[in-house]
This record gives sequence, structure tokens and C-alpha cells, in this order.
Amino acid sequence: MTVREVAEEAYRESLPVLALSAAGGLFAGVVLGGMDAELEQVAGLLVLVPALLATRGNVYGSLGARLGSALHQGLVDPTFSTDDERVNAAVAAALANGVMVSGIAAVLAVALLGVLGRPSASLSTLVAIALLAGLISGVLLTIAVVSVVFVGYRRGLNPDTLAGPVVTTTGDVVGIATLLVATRIVLALGGG
Amino acid sequence: MLPVLIVLTAIELGSGIVLDTFESTLLRYPTLLVLVPVTIGMAGNLGSILAARFSTALHLGLLSFSTEDDRLVGNAVATIALAVTVFPLVGAGAWLLQFLLGGTRLALSTVVAVALLSGVVLAALAVAVTTITTYAAYRFELDPDDVVIPVVTNVCDVLGVLVLFGAVRVLV
Repeated sequence: MTVREVAEEAYRESLPVLALSAAGGLFAGVVLGGMDAELEQVAGLLVLVPALLATRGNVYGSLGARLGSALHQGLVDPTFSTDDERVNAAVAAALANGVMVSGIAAVLAVALLGVLGRPSASLSTLVAIALLAGLISGVLLTIAVVSVVFVGYRRGLNPDTLAGPVVTTTGDVVGIATLLVATRIVLALGGG
Repeated sequence: MLPVLIVLTAIELGSGIVLDTFESTLLRYPTLLVLVPVTIGMAGNLGSILAARFSTALHLGLLSFSTEDDRLVGNAVATIALAVTVFPLVGAGAWLLQFLLGGTRLALSTVVAVALLSGVVLAALAVAVTTITTYAAYRFELDPDDVVIPVVTNVCDVLGVLVLFGAVRVLV
């Protein structure tokens, strides 16, 4: 293959996925752009944004990959029930990791801002926001990932190629929207 | 999995601190705030698509690390071309959405220029980071499928914020 043929093939195959994730990212951006009041009120909230978004992708992307592998190996049935131990364990591990890492991110962010002498909201406010956002987004992304992987598999699609794009497009939107909701709840309860 | 997640989180907090240092600019021009998630995401995506293609080519024995290698150069060219196609649209989209929702203080051309400059620089960096990481995995006999994508996505996330910061400093 010549350079031109390689480049044309790579371009053609990648453009649809990139365009889809750009659209998802823009919606996440619109929510972030509408959060300016909260970002101003809670110093240090913006520091958490990249870490929380990456955590969503890392944790729930891996949940999708695990479920995909388990389906391929025939260890899991693609039916929705609450008594499949393997699915329950994978979901519980993902939720625990997602919530814990969000809380740790908030603690590290407050420590970093303190060391750098930059303004920061109280530790309890940022940790409460991060844990709440981690929990709500975790539940929503688990539902999204399990549904898409199971329904896709039943329709004969490869769950390995489905999980990645689903998590990258929904993860950012869900991640930022739940951060906004969690911030409003914590502020309404008297944090700040 | 938890220790890996904590290390990745610490790296991402670095880009959060960079965002925090130009928070006042971002709050004055919310259109730039709209660009933040999409720039981070696209940088990671450009890197991970390239990484997946390099890994597969390496497994099939089709890739050699030389500027004479058609597959290496072709994929690098495609990455730059994809950035040049998608980023101006992302900039225009961000401007339009912010314009419809609450008005914008920046000119359309400024936002498109910030997005395009960020995109081209990020694409070049994504090519460099992916090529170096894939080469390192190959030299140390690690499976590129396991190593390259996590490294490239998280490094590109951080670079996404840094490059956006630079483009805003130069153009706004």
C-alpha cells in the first residue's frame, strides 16, 4: 500500500467515530459552559473535571470490556436479572472503584491546591460533591453499558467494539451533568 | 485495578490544575469552557485510534519504525488530516451552541482558530506520543494492546488541556 492509500483508509475508517464523539463532547461542553456560576462559587471544582471524566472512561470502559469477554466465553447470559453473580460482582467492583477514586481525586485536589497556595472550597464540600457525582454517574453509566452490551450481543453485534464508543460518548455528558447536579445538591444542603 | 486508577487520577489532576490557572479566562468566555471536554476527548481519541492501528499492524508484522514505512507515515498523515477536518467543525459547533444558549463574546473566527490550532498541535503530539510508546512497548517486548492505549489516552488528555491553554494564550 502506498502512503496515500494507507492515509485514505485510516481517514475513512476513523472519521465517523471521531465525529460521533465530537458531538458528545460538545454537549458535555455546553453543560460545563452553563456551570459557570457553580464553578465560580466552588473554588477547585474545575480541577476535578478532567480527573472525574477520565475515571468514568477508565472504570466503565473496563466494565464493558469485562462483560464483553464474559459474554464471548459464555460465562454470562445476556439477560437482565439480579441473580447473576458474575455480572453483580463486576458491577459492584466498578461502582466501588468509581466512587472511591472520585473521592480520592477530591482529597488530592484539595491537598494540591493547598500546597500551591491556591483558593479551594472546604475538603468536605469537594469530597461530598465528588462522591455524590461518582455514585449517580456510576449508576447511570452501569445501566447504559450493561444495556448496550447485552442488547448489542443479542442482536449479533460484537460487544468489544460497542462498549468503547458508548462509554466515550455518554461518559463525558453523564460525567459533567451529574457533577452539576451533585454540586447543586451539596450547595443546597449548605456546603460551599 | 485501584492503584492504576489512582495513578491515572493523579496525572489527570495535573491537567485540572492547569485548567484552574486560566479559570478566570474560561469564565469570562464560556465558549472556551465548551471547548474543554471536546478538546480533551478528541486528543485521547486521535491517540487511541492511532495506537490501535499501530498495535494491530505490529502484531501482523506490517510495521517498521522508519520514516520510509508507508504504513507509519500514512497513519500519521491521516491523523493530521482528521484533526484538520474535525477541529474547525468543533470550534464552529461550540461557538454556535453558546451563541444560541446565552450569547458569546468571542468572534466565530477566534473560536475556530483556537480549535484548529489546538487540533493540529494535538494531532502532531498524538503521533509523536503514540509512535514512541508503541516503539517502547515493542523494544521491551510488552503487548502494545495492553500498554499503549491507556498511556496514550491519559497523556493525550493532559496534553489536550495544555495545548488548549497555549492556543488561548496566543489567540484570545
